[in-house]
Amino acid sequence: MSDDQKTIAQDKERWYKAQVEKTLARFPERKEQFTTNSGMPVDRVYTPADVNVNYTGDLGFPGEFPFTRGVQPTMYRGRFWTMRQYAGFGTAEESNARYKYLLNAGQSGLSVAFDLPTQIGYDSDSPMAEGEVGKVGVAIDSLADMEILFDGIPLDKVSTSMTINAPASVLLAMYIAVAEKQGVPSTKLAGTIQNDILKEYAARGTYIYPPAPSMRLINDIFAFCAEKVPNWNTISISGYHIREAGSTAAQEVGFTLANGLSYVRAAMAAGLDVDTFAPQLSFFFNAHNDFFEEVAKFRAARRLWAKIMKEEVGAKNPKSWMLRFHTQTGGSTLTAQQPMNNIVRVALQAFAAVCGGTQSLHTNSMDEALALPTEQSVMVALRTQQIIAYESGAAETIDPLAGSYYVESLTNTIEAEARAYIDRIIGMGGSVKAIETGYMQREIQDSAYRHQRQVESGERVIVGMNKFQTKEDAPKNLLRVDMSVQASQAEKIKAVKARRDNAAVAAALAELRIAAQGTANLMPPILAAVKSYATLQEICDVMRDVFGEYRPSEEF
Amino acid sequence: MEKKIRVLVAKPGLDGHDRGAKVVARAFRDAGFEVIYTGLRQTPEQIAEAALQEDVNVVALSILSGAHNTLLPRTVLALKERGMDDVLVVGGGVIPAEDIPGLKSAGVAEVFTPGTPTGTAVEYIRSHVGE
Repeated sequence: MSDDQKTIAQDKERWYKAQVEKTLARFPERKEQFTTNSGMPVDRVYTPADVNVNYTGDLGFPGEFPFTRGVQPTMYRGRFWTMRQYAGFGTAEESNARYKYLLNAGQSGLSVAFDLPTQIGYDSDSPMAEGEVGKVGVAIDSLADMEILFDGIPLDKVSTSMTINAPASVLLAMYIAVAEKQGVPSTKLAGTIQNDILKEYAARGTYIYPPAPSMRLINDIFAFCAEKVPNWNTISISGYHIREAGSTAAQEVGFTLANGLSYVRAAMAAGLDVDTFAPQLSFFFNAHNDFFEEVAKFRAARRLWAKIMKEEVGAKNPKSWMLRFHTQTGGSTLTAQQPMNNIVRVALQAFAAVCGGTQSLHTNSMDEALALPTEQSVMVALRTQQIIAYESGAAETIDPLAGSYYVESLTNTIEAEARAYIDRIIGMGGSVKAIETGYMQREIQDSAYRHQRQVESGERVIVGMNKFQTKEDAPKNLLRVDMSVQASQAEKIKAVKARRDNAAVAAALAELRIAAQGTANLMPPILAAVKSYATLQEICDVMRDVFGEYRPSEEF
Repeated sequence: MEKKIRVLVAKPGLDGHDRGAKVVARAFRDAGFEVIYTGLRQTPEQIAEAALQEDVNVVALSILSGAHNTLLPRTVLALKERGMDDVLVVGGGVIPAEDIPGLKSAGVAEVFTPGTPTGTAVEYIRSHVGE
C-alpha cells in the first residue's frame, strides 16, 4: 500500500467511527450484507485505499496490451458496435423477410437463429424433428434453403453471425457456396460461426459427436479459414449460455476463458501456429442485471485473456491477445409478468455492454419470456441500442467507468476469481476433462439453485414477479410459428432430392466418409457435399456413423 | 411410513435448456420426492418407457422449444398406451397461456409458466397424486 493509500485508509477508519457508527445505531442499513448479483461482497464505499491498480500495467490504453480499456484505439468514436439482432423462425422465406426488415430498420449485421433440428443435424423430415421444425429458428435442410435465406442480401456487404455449433462446418460451407453463387469470393466474407462445442456439453445441449472428433472438426475449421476465409470469426467462445444456465459472473469468465484456452491448446497440439488462428477467435458474453459487475466483468475478461495469450501461450501477434466479443442481454432475467418492464432491464443490460466495450450487441425483446418476439417488440429492442448509441453519451469516450474505485475493485476481484477457476480446470487436465467429470455443470447448477432459493425466499427481489405484482390479463398477439412448416420443408427436401444428381451426392458423401476415417481436413469434402445438394442430415449422418454420438451422464 | 412420491423429470424433444428441469428436480428432491431425471433429447416414447420402468406417480415435462403442443400430448398418449393412465402429467416452460387449455384437454393436468415458485409445483403434486 502506498503512503497515500495508508492516509486514506486511516481517514476511512476515522470516518467510520465519527459518522457511520452513529448513523447505524439509529438507522440500521437495509441488509446485513450487501453483494453483487453474483454474490460478491460489496463495501459501503470504495476509496483509492480499497483498490490496487497500476495504471500502465493493469489498464493501459485502448488498443494496447492488456486491452482492459478496449480492443481498438478509437472504439465507438470510429464506429458504433454492430447492432445485431438474433433472428430466424419458420421457413427460409419468412426469415429472409425478417432480415430485410431489420436491415431496413438500420441494423448493421445479421444473426441467424437455426431451429433445433438444424442445430443437431437432423433434416425437417426426420422423426426426431417432430414438432420442432422452424420453432426456435429457421429450418435449413440443404443448400437450396440457404440460397433462399440470403436471397437479395449481398454477402460482401453484410456480416453474418450464425449460431451453429455441432454442424458449424456444414452451415459455413453452405454460406461459402451461396456467396460463390452471388459472385463473392470466400476471402471477402465477414461473419461468425458459434462453433463452441465445449459449452454445448456444459450448458446448451446441442452437441452431436463426442469431444475428440468435435475438437478435430473445430481445428479443421480453424486451419481452413486461416487460408480461405481470413475475415471470418471461426469460433465464438461463449459464456452467454453458461450464465443463462445459472453461473455467476466470475464463473462465466472463468469457464469461458478455460474453454478458449482448451481450443487454443488443441489447435496447437494439432500443429497449427497460434498466431495463424488466434486472431480469428471471438467471444460471446451475457449482459446481466448488475450494471457495475457486468462492466467490470467485460474489462476483467479482456485483461485476463490478453495475459493468458501473451504470457502463457506465447502468442506474438497482438491480435492474438485481443478478446473481441459479442454481447446479448440476459434472457433469463426477463419476466413473463409485466413484460413491459423487460424493456428497462434490457436497456440497463445493454448500457453495461456498451460501457464494457462490446464489439456487437443483441438486445432481447420484451416478450421473450412468453414466445419468440414479434416485429414490434424486436423494433423496440433495436431502438434501445440506437438510443444508447446516439443519445446516452456513452459512445463518445472510451471505457468511461475506468478509474471508478468500485469498478476497478470489481474488475480485480472478477479477474482473480476467474483465474482461480481456470487454474482449477487446468489442474483437472483442461475443459474437456472438467466437463466429462461434470465439474462445470455442477458449479453452474449449484449457482442456479442458490439463485432460485433466494428468489423464492424473497431475499432476491424481481420486480413484478415476487414483489410489486399486479393482476394481469394473459398477453395477446404473441408470435406463432405456423405448424405447416414441417410439411412444407419435407416437400422441399423431396424436390431437392428429385432434381439433384444423386450419383454425385453419393460420391461426395463417400469422399467425406474416407476423410472422416482418416486425418485430412474435413472442410473441403463437406463443401463438396454441400454443393452437390446433399442434405444437412445426410452429411451429419456420415460423421455420426464414423464418430459416434455423445451421451452425457446426467446429474442434478 | 407413507410411500414417497416418485417423479420423473423429463426433457422431451431437442430442447437443450435444462436449467429449469434441474432446478425443479432438486426442489422436488428437497421436498422429499424420489426424483429421476431423464436428461436431454427424449422422445415421448422414451419418456413413457422410463416412467413405466421407474414406476413413477408423476411425469414432469420441461419444454422451452415451442414444440409443447406436439410433444406433451404425444407423451400423454405414450403413457396411456403403456397402461399408465393414473400417472399425473405436469408441464413447465415457455408455454403461452392460450396453449394451456388445449394441453389440459389432451391430458396434461397442470402447466407451470415462468416465474412459478417451485413450492407451488410441489404443493400441486402433493395434493393431486393418487386422486
